[in-house]
Amino acid sequence: MQSVIEGERSTGAVAQGSAGRTASLRRIATETSTTPAHGLKARREDEFNTERHVYEPHKVGLPPLRSYFRELWKRREFAYEMARTDMRAQHLDTTFGRLWLLLNPLLLAGVYFILVDILRRGKHVQPHYLEHLVLEIFAYYYVSGAIRAGARTVVGGGKLVLNTAFPRLLLPLSSVLEHFLRFLPTLVIYGIIHVAAGLPVGPHLLLVIPLVILLTAIAAGLSMFVSALQVYFRDLTQFLPYMLRLWLYLSPVLWTVSQIDKRGLHFLVWINPIGPPLVALSDLVIDGYVPAASLFAASAGWAVLLGLIGSIFFMSRERDFAVRL
Amino acid sequence: MLSASETRTQTAIKVENVSLTYKAPLERRPTLKGRLSRKEAGFRLIEAVKNVSFEVHKGTVMGVMGANGAGKSTLMRMISGILPPQEGRIEVLGRVSTLLALGVGFNRDLTGRENVVLGGLAAGLSREQMLAKYDEIVEFAELEDFMDVPMRAYSSGMYGRLGFAVAVTMEPDILVIDEALSVGDARFRRKSFDKMRDLCTEERTIVIVSHSLGAIKDLADEAIWLDKGDLKMCGQVDEVVDAYAEFLGVEQEDATSKEDV
Repeated sequence: MQSVIEGERSTGAVAQGSAGRTASLRRIATETSTTPAHGLKARREDEFNTERHVYEPHKVGLPPLRSYFRELWKRREFAYEMARTDMRAQHLDTTFGRLWLLLNPLLLAGVYFILVDILRRGKHVQPHYLEHLVLEIFAYYYVSGAIRAGARTVVGGGKLVLNTAFPRLLLPLSSVLEHFLRFLPTLVIYGIIHVAAGLPVGPHLLLVIPLVILLTAIAAGLSMFVSALQVYFRDLTQFLPYMLRLWLYLSPVLWTVSQIDKRGLHFLVWINPIGPPLVALSDLVIDGYVPAASLFAASAGWAVLLGLIGSIFFMSRERDFAVRL
Repeated sequence: MLSASETRTQTAIKVENVSLTYKAPLERRPTLKGRLSRKEAGFRLIEAVKNVSFEVHKGTVMGVMGANGAGKSTLMRMISGILPPQEGRIEVLGRVSTLLALGVGFNRDLTGRENVVLGGLAAGLSREQMLAKYDEIVEFAELEDFMDVPMRAYSSGMYGRLGFAVAVTMEPDILVIDEALSVGDARFRRKSFDKMRDLCTEERTIVIVSHSLGAIKDLADEAIWLDKGDLKMCGQVDEVVDAYAEFLGVEQEDATSKEDV
């Protein structure tokens, strides 16, 4: 077999030594009569109107980050379109679909309210417990929904992942965006309940915005992490609902901080990524005061940590996806 | 403006000493349960591409040949930027449009239209660019009545037609076509072959992977021959095709694939 190549090399214009930077290419170089040096110069001049891509081995397992995120940002329309298309596929653009979008979390809140009511035998120590429950359920389902759907995105990306070059982080991120778009109308529903219950309305409620951003970052970090993990462990999506259910019970959704404080379980808030932002949300919206700075700091800490872990893990494994699907 | 001969001296794709080895899991479906219940996960090391170097000049049509598993698709994925190489360096000048083994249609629950638009956006095109070309794509694929139907309902020929239509319509600087010449029925095959020939006569860089030696001889100027990840031969299309045909003849006494257009 080797002889064929050798034969090739011995024929052709080996004399064009400068053309033979890549050994097996000499025959092509002969065909192009001008010297390659000229070609190189012309290419440089041409660089203004053509895109130039260089693909090299990833150093320390990560792609070159600047160009990666530049490409990612360039394709933000894809994430938006993907989120909208997905919602359309679930018929969420129809009247009944929208209604379901609002009804579903409300029904969930109703179910949990009755459950807690039965467990407590009707004794609610907490004023405005129902409003707390609705608000926290909405926020929790935003995060868990984004993670649950995000887990499937890479494996579900199938041929797109196999045949198109694009930053794969777009896949879990578009699912986070989709759940954000689904979360917004539930905030309106909560707003109506909030006003109807006579809870305080004021400029302090603007602090909801940074809290939602932090929750989004936490959801994105975990979503990126599980979507990459799903490529290696395809049964992850089967375990995930149980883990998320457990997470719900461990989060200050069905209970409030004052209840666990009595039992000395306050640490539960800090070791749970969504603990601090959910407590802050309840303090701010239900109780109407600006939450402690430590809650914001802890939320931001979790958001940065999970965002970094999720994205670095994802990007370092990304190269592998095309041969694993 | 550069003259045709000057354009050809510019390198469009430069592949330098590129290698890629990957671990293919032996499990049918990798699971956590499987990993925990077995002591070690089985892997097979696949040396898909071994130290391959070649250049494709601007405006050249390059044919890529080789048996199944020769590393053709892996090499095309690397040129398209889907798989970064493990060793070596690939430089590509221009926007690449890839048509790898029936490209679009990643989500069977979405309609043809949604798949086309999303595929284009993922490839880095803008929505305006996609919409401008949309009608042309649909017309070429002859799928006017099926664009708003979930792709689940498509036949495999329709998948292929849509994929081919997207790739050839987007007017890329470099077109990478992987075994897509044989999609659809005989008439559509004729049509895509004609389209390919049109594209090949333009000053456009094209890389065609095909098992049809006749098609490669007809369309390509130059060719490379891969065998088990090694670059066996690289040069003028006639010489490489003849050598490859001879090799096939020696190896399996069967040159029927030569007449396979």
